[in-house]
Parts: sequence; structure tokens; C-alpha cells
Amino acid sequence: MPEFVDAWLKRAVLEVQEYVRLCAAMFRGLVSPPFYRYDFVEQLDLVGVASLTVVLLTGFFTGAVLALQSGLTLDQFGARPVVGRLVSASMIKELGPVLTGLMLTGRVGSGIAAELGSMVVTDQINALRALGTDPIRKLVVPRVLAGVLMTPILTIIADFVGMVGGWIVARFQLQVATGLYWSSVSDALYMQDVWMGIIKPFALGFVIVSIACHVGLRTQGGTQGVGKATTVAVVAGSVAVIAVDFFVTRVLISLLY
Amino acid sequence: MATQSAEHTAPTTRSGGDEPVVAFHHVSLAFDEKVILKDVNFTLLRGHTKIILGASGAGKSLSLKILLGLLKADGGEVRVHGERVDQLSELEMMKVRTNIGMVFQEGALFDSLTVRENVGYRLYEETDTPLDEIDRRVEEVLGFVSLAEHIEKMPSELSGGQRRRVAIARAMCSKPEILLYDEATTGLDPITATTVDDEIIKLRDLENVSSIVVTHQLRDAFYVATRAAVRDPDGTIRIVNADPAKERETEFMMLRDGLIVFEGDAKALRESTDEYIRKFLS
Repeated sequence: MPEFVDAWLKRAVLEVQEYVRLCAAMFRGLVSPPFYRYDFVEQLDLVGVASLTVVLLTGFFTGAVLALQSGLTLDQFGARPVVGRLVSASMIKELGPVLTGLMLTGRVGSGIAAELGSMVVTDQINALRALGTDPIRKLVVPRVLAGVLMTPILTIIADFVGMVGGWIVARFQLQVATGLYWSSVSDALYMQDVWMGIIKPFALGFVIVSIACHVGLRTQGGTQGVGKATTVAVVAGSVAVIAVDFFVTRVLISLLY
Repeated sequence: MATQSAEHTAPTTRSGGDEPVVAFHHVSLAFDEKVILKDVNFTLLRGHTKIILGASGAGKSLSLKILLGLLKADGGEVRVHGERVDQLSELEMMKVRTNIGMVFQEGALFDSLTVRENVGYRLYEETDTPLDEIDRRVEEVLGFVSLAEHIEKMPSELSGGQRRRVAIARAMCSKPEILLYDEATTGLDPITATTVDDEIIKLRDLENVSSIVVTHQLRDAFYVATRAAVRDPDGTIRIVNADPAKERETEFMMLRDGLIVFEGDAKALRESTDEYIRKFLS
């Protein structure tokens, strides 16, 4: 095996090993004291409330463009009135969770990686340990918990504003009656779809924040390293969102349908 | 509290005792092929100061991190108060660390916390001490390092020297018996560095703290070794020349290529004929 492949494989295995160790330490931190409740509440605000604007805008325009595009296609079959059905099914099952996940990766994942990375290169993480604080419990657990709890909430909000965006386009561009649009929206919704749309964001929230924490805590090499960690957190987080979405969808289809 | 230099000498304030509070036995460390520490042995006696000198990359700072359990040595034994700590888990090390304070290079203050929150961090976050009691202690230690008026500032609002002194205040706030200083004066101008040195001396002589000072700033190393802090009856603290017995409580140790190439007091270091040491001192 060429030397560079050997080295790459070793690095990849090491990263996976360290990520699994971080997750194990995090789960221990979830079930045993000390708990840092104030940090958790602060992270709910930083991850959830502070991400609201980007999620609202993304959800709204996604729903709107979905209505525009599907309106064109549905016109070919004379099915323009069912545009709400397409918008709601697409938003709730797939686009809401994935796009919210991608937005959170860009906003929250990058921020966490940069913050923790800066703390590593300025010895603040070592200072925390020297002062008797476990950085996993203090920094990682509250962030991951906030990510896991806030991602589904943000997804539900994105789904709703997406349907509102679709309604505005359907009503004013496609000339579909409001009542027809909303009844079409609810006609397409099955409980399995709703469950899928709610369960997936829990997994995505976990993956986004845990990867960002892992990358941030393994930062090396000063400010340049912080920049690199931020990029890696966004790239790895985005790919993970798409990949995890596929696997969770596969599992949920076999369980729910 | 005023701090000033004086020409008269201070007597030895107390007996150092023979019990080592820190002991390194045959400690070694390497990163891949690069050997950092080969076979390092030293002890720190109660109330004494150990000054570790050496060029950049000699393993000075890593020795402190090994002592604090932030890094695991490849071999050898590390003991704190007689207890072997190099094999302890992270959770077990937390208890050992409650008795050790560390001042990191550049201070390593928490950016998002105020000076008050930084200094009282351990007490606020990791103990059940009543808040008013913690506040009193924080104000007391900030007064000790003459920064009481900066208590509500953020670290970014402080100068380099002030940040180091806040870091010292944070390290001493929970009254540890051992303090570790990692390049506490590097990058500071001589006047500011002296204010930091004064804090190290005051903690050693007035708070009875055993210290390990890592530095390559010779001026600061000799200043700490040859001065003492005394408190006048009116509470004023003065930095004065130490008497010979007091000077001997500060031991120098020089690291080179992973080995200790010198151990002794300030006088022995000055009189050393070793070529490398002469070059280092020149």
C-alpha cells in the first residue's frame, strides 16, 4: 500500500476513534453530575433563538420556489390546485430537516468549531482542566443537548414558513385559491410523514454539533488551525447531514411505512 | 497595598521542610521520533521554588503539563504530595488539581467571562461555596495583585501585564499549595514583567506557596530567586533582597535535549563553568 494511503487511513481511523471517544464521554456527562445548567440554557439561546432568522428565510424561500417550480410541472397535467400537496410533502419529509440542518451547520457548526478551536490554541481548554472542569461536560454536553433539542423545533418552524411561502406563490402567482391550497397541504400529510419530519432533525442536530465540537477540540496550529477547523466542521457537517438523512430515512421507511 | 523595592535583606520566613510536594522520577516523553524528556528527575520541597530554564522546545512547559496531568508521560513516575498521579484517570486528577494552580502562557483567561468570573471560576463553578463568600475572596485576591478596580472588566480590556496578573489571581483564588508558572513574563516589557515577578514572590513568601517557574527570561528568574516579600506591621508589602538562606530555597534547573544539565541555586548557576550554561547566561 502506498505510504500516503497508509497515512491517510491511519488519520481517518484515528479521527473516528477520537469522535467515538468524545461521544462516549458526552453520554457519560449526560447521565452523571456535574451538570452545567446555565450553559445549557445559554446554548439553547445561541443555537435556537439566534438561528431563527436564517431558518425562517431559508424555509420561506424554499417553500416559495418549490411552489413556483412544481406549479410549472403540475400545469402540464392540469393539476395546479394540488401544488400545496407537493410543497408540504417535500418540506416536511425532506427539505425542512435537511435545509435546516445545512443552515445550522453553516451558522452553529462553524461557530462552535471556531470558538472551541480558539479556546484550544489559547490554552483555555487546558486552563479549564487545570481549574477542575471537564471540558466535555462544560462545553460539549450543553451544546450537543441544545443542538438535539433545538434542531427539531427550528425544522418545524422552517416547515411552517415554507408552506406559507408556498401559499403566497400559489395564491398570487399561480392563482390557486387559499382554501384549496391549505386543504391540499393537509391532504398530503400522513402521520408517518410527520414522524419522519420530526425524528430526523434529532439525529441531524446531534451530528452537526458533535462533529463541530470534535473538530474544534482537535484544532492544532494557532489561528490558521482555527480557520481550518471551521472549514472542516462545515464541510464534514454538511456531508454528514446529507448522509445521515439518507440512512435515517432508510431506517424510518422500514419502521414506519 | 503598595509594593516597592528596598535594599535591605529579608530573613528566611520559615523552614522549607524536607518533604517533597512534587517529585519526578525518570520521566520520559517523546512525540513520534522526537524525544522531549529523556530521564528527568527532580523534586520540589514544600515552600520552595524551582525555576526551570532552557531553550524553546526543551520540554519546560510540557513538564508542567505532565505534572498537572494535562499530558501523560511515556514513562517514569510523577508524585504530588507523595501520591503517584501519572496513572490517575482524568476524573481522579481533578481532585489532585484542586491543590495546584497554574498560570498559562499569555494567561489563558476565558474571553467571554469578566475578570471577576475568571478569577472566581473554580469557586463559582466547581464548589458550593456561598456567592458572597466567593465575591469576598475574588476581591481579596484581586487586591493582592493590585487589580481590584478592574474586577468588572473583560480580559480584552486589560493590558498584557494585567492579564498575567489576573491569571495569577485566578490560579491562587482557591488557595492551592502548589503554583505552576508557564512563561508568566514572556513577551512583557521589563517593568511589567517585574510586577508579575513581584506577585510570584509575594505568593511564595506571604501565602506559603510552593512554586515551579518555567521561563527563559533570565532577568526574571534571578529576580525571583534573589528577592523576598515582607509585610510591614501596617500591612504594606515590600519586595526586598533575600538573605542567602532564603536564596537557597529557590533552585534552578536547566533542561537541554531532554536531560537536566544543571541543578543548583542562583549562586551555583552564576558560577557554573559549563559551556552551554555560560552561553545561555551570556
